[in-house]
Amino acid sequence: MSQTPTTAHNAKKMYRFDLMRRLTARLRNEEAVIGGIGNTNFDLWSAGHRAQNFYMLGSMGLAVPIALGVALAQPHRKVFALEGDGSLLMQLGCLSTVATLAPRNLAIMVFDNGVYQITGGQPTPAAGSTDFAAIARGCGLANAVWAADEADFERLVQHCLETDGPHFIGLKLDDQPPVSQTERDPAQIRDRFMRGMGARKSKLPG
Amino acid sequence: MQSEAAAGSRAWHEIVLAVLKANDVRLVPYVPDNVLKPLINAVHADPFFTAFATAREEEAIGIVCGAWMAGTRGIVLMQTSGFATLANVLASLPCAFQIPALMMISERGTLGEFNIGQAMVWRTMRPVLEALGMEHHVISRLDECEFICDRTIKQAVMTQQPAALILSPLLTGGKVVNPPKA
Repeated sequence: MSQTPTTAHNAKKMYRFDLMRRLTARLRNEEAVIGGIGNTNFDLWSAGHRAQNFYMLGSMGLAVPIALGVALAQPHRKVFALEGDGSLLMQLGCLSTVATLAPRNLAIMVFDNGVYQITGGQPTPAAGSTDFAAIARGCGLANAVWAADEADFERLVQHCLETDGPHFIGLKLDDQPPVSQTERDPAQIRDRFMRGMGARKSKLPG
Repeated sequence: MQSEAAAGSRAWHEIVLAVLKANDVRLVPYVPDNVLKPLINAVHADPFFTAFATAREEEAIGIVCGAWMAGTRGIVLMQTSGFATLANVLASLPCAFQIPALMMISERGTLGEFNIGQAMVWRTMRPVLEALGMEHHVISRLDECEFICDRTIKQAVMTQQPAALILSPLLTGGKVVNPPKA
């Protein structure tokens, strides 16, 4: 890490798909990953499907609440919520809920490109002025940080895996588009995820 | 169905509490309401439940959907105006993904409502439930409370579909203020 603390202004702008690959490469214990709508879960999908991945479709802003529900139901499984900046902006109150309940197994990652990339790149109202890690700290997530660069991201992921949370990591993104799109079949996605969570057993193959 | 005498010995919230336990519904996120207060107090007091307030009803729907997929049943408590914030997330999360998200809605806006805002938003509740094709039942009588709650929860779970239970002022007494003198 550099000498100066990482802020919303000096954090390196990274490639979302590369971060997804780095994250999933470190998951060895069937950790749950909830991918927020649009390009966030598209790049999670593109990084390679895992049985413990859930890909949202609509319900913008609910990646953190869905992950919180998983974390409360299975306190011994690590759960990652991957959310876009525009999505989190729709449901900022959830950070207070997470801080109050303080689930030790939950980690929140915000993928902040400052724009609604999927609708044509319009800047969000937060672009340029809002510091999501500072918001998280203000909500009570005292250790919320920005990742300085890819090496710092890898260190922070490992920290999430090895220590109690809740954790919050802000990630500044470049403007590269997603690699591919998630298959939009919600009943199948839900069924596979439930099997991945051990919450459903079925003789139907898949 | 139970007799009125048996039902009459318990308040509506005591019946609801027992039905939630019998159906292993443990997680209770809520946005509070005055009518729901005795139920909210009861779930907080009972270690069987994990009960907490959320900032918005949408958030609570996300939480119970996540919990269901990981093996824990939950129910969201809210009032009519809170339900009115939910159409998008209900359509795209529990309806689209076939998740039995359970809701208990304290019905404001009718049968003596004093707040015109509540009365106006009340008009949207049943049309939205019907437009979404969501199973919903109104509980207006104490002697029907256990049956409706129990069967609605069981059907939701078995069919993997969301469902709403509406607590009528006929059941709860509603929230009442006396009109000002002219």
